[in-house]
Amino acid sequence: MIGLRRVPSWDRREVKGCPACFRVIHVAVIVAIVVGVLMPVIPLLVWSFSHSWFFPQILPMELSGRAWTYIGSPLSKVANALINSLVIGGVVTITAVLLGIPAGRALGLSRFPGKTLVEFLILAPIIVPGLAVIMGIHVLFIRLGLVDTLLGVVLVHLLPSLPYMIMVMSGVFANYNVEFEHQAYSLGAGRIRTFVHVTLPAILPGIVTGSLFVFLISWSQYILTVLIGGGRVITLPVLLFAFATAGDNSVTAALCIVFLAPAILILLFTSRFLSGESGAMGGFGRL
Amino acid sequence: MVGGYRKGLDGERAAKIMNAWMSLIFMLAPALVVILVLFAGGLALGLSQSLGYMPIIGAYGFSLDAYLQLIKSPGFVPSLLLTIFVSVLATLIAVVLAVATALTLRKRFVGKKIVSFLYQFPLTVPHLVMAVGVLLLVSQSGLLARAAFQVGLIGDSSQFPILVFDDLGIGIILVYVWKEVPFIGLIALAVLQSMGNDYEEQARTLGANSWQTFRHVLLPLIIPGILPGSIIILAYVFSSFEVPFLLGKSFPAMLSVLSYRLYIDVDLDARPQAMAMSILIAVFVLILVLFYRRLSQRILRRSG
Repeated sequence: MIGLRRVPSWDRREVKGCPACFRVIHVAVIVAIVVGVLMPVIPLLVWSFSHSWFFPQILPMELSGRAWTYIGSPLSKVANALINSLVIGGVVTITAVLLGIPAGRALGLSRFPGKTLVEFLILAPIIVPGLAVIMGIHVLFIRLGLVDTLLGVVLVHLLPSLPYMIMVMSGVFANYNVEFEHQAYSLGAGRIRTFVHVTLPAILPGIVTGSLFVFLISWSQYILTVLIGGGRVITLPVLLFAFATAGDNSVTAALCIVFLAPAILILLFTSRFLSGESGAMGGFGRL
Repeated sequence: MVGGYRKGLDGERAAKIMNAWMSLIFMLAPALVVILVLFAGGLALGLSQSLGYMPIIGAYGFSLDAYLQLIKSPGFVPSLLLTIFVSVLATLIAVVLAVATALTLRKRFVGKKIVSFLYQFPLTVPHLVMAVGVLLLVSQSGLLARAAFQVGLIGDSSQFPILVFDDLGIGIILVYVWKEVPFIGLIALAVLQSMGNDYEEQARTLGANSWQTFRHVLLPLIIPGILPGSIIILAYVFSSFEVPFLLGKSFPAMLSVLSYRLYIDVDLDARPQAMAMSILIAVFVLILVLFYRRLSQRILRRSG
């Protein structure tokens, strides 16, 4: 497995003798992560509080809360869009959890003929672009009266997000030991008690990670919402898109920060589940 | 006697198998129905409309006209090339940076918690927000241009390189790299953590230096793990719409933007072309994904 015989000469550089070099690279990568992540966020923060900020000023001449006042006023429809986004994201996430747990369990725990086909079907919406599918289904949604409705938008948001939920759950169930459930049954626990006290704690990291993905996919969805919501269902991305193309930098930047806030809150709670230890990200390796 | 015993066993086995199948179907059916109706149904409807079958406007034909018109239109080839360029480059840069950062982040260091949190942060940021952020950062009047002016690198905003609304989609690539590095990086971290330190220590014992250990032990183990994730990114960038719409040039535009423009065209005759474009995007994505898989598996075999 280790092809040490065929290594080209430049491979044989003796790096062992320079621990300091490694420390420098290590620190450089960490600094690059911090700077790289924060860089594009800085202009958003500054712009949202700037009154007039012309090239080549590095900082705005005048600060003002104009953009924030506008965002907070009913005139901007931000509150309305925020509620729509939260409701749609919440319903999509709950639906995906309810559908994803049993499907993930079936795929993670059992082998059966035709399993590859089922897996392929479930993952296909991730690879095949949503645009092709949604443009096709638009006609059907018009006939069913689902366009311009929250329900229609919820349904199309499930398309790109449900596969992630199932993928994460099947990864978690692949490392799950069913024996514990049998033990609970034999000790007299019922189905519900067994699920709440045995299964749920074991698969919780997967549920949290999967929900995070599903909510964020729904939360940041623009094109599917616009095509099916027909401009009637106003969510934050729809509003942001309108402001971004209208060209008022201060208001756009302030709206961007509103758009970011819930995601940061969620991440504060779920961060520990994402870091490799829980194995919830492992599901992506099993495609 | 023996036969009777066997028969009883077979019946029991059959019942068990039936039970297993029933519970499987029970678990899978809800999710499968949603995906089949929305995905397969939508795709079939899109395909039939791209072939000119649109009962709503009284068209019951079957033809490849929409596809031929599309391919012959002058914007098609430049758009296709741009789309391939942007999606492949964004994926490759994201993979390289993800592996480099994952190797660093798996070690213990002071402030790891904060750095890990920052690292995950882009995952939660909507693409639209980042498109605006990158626009305000790297446009010719953006923060970087201002900084360059202040330190005397440029004398005028027009001297700053054009990084958004440009020919090569640099701004678009920047957004996707920023967004997707932690996605692949966290998968790589999960892979690294699951394999422990044993392989590495064995390689060291056998006399491999750090580079050799990385090149011949860690990398062959990481790549299969992050391959599915990078395929998801490739397919996503190839077909996504928002970022190229906000940060891209109008000509050549990426394929998804062309498709959207055709779809919202007031002329209903453009509809089949919009559908045809979406179907073509899907076909190109599949070809690209298969090619990418093939290529990375070959590289893997050579380095294993």
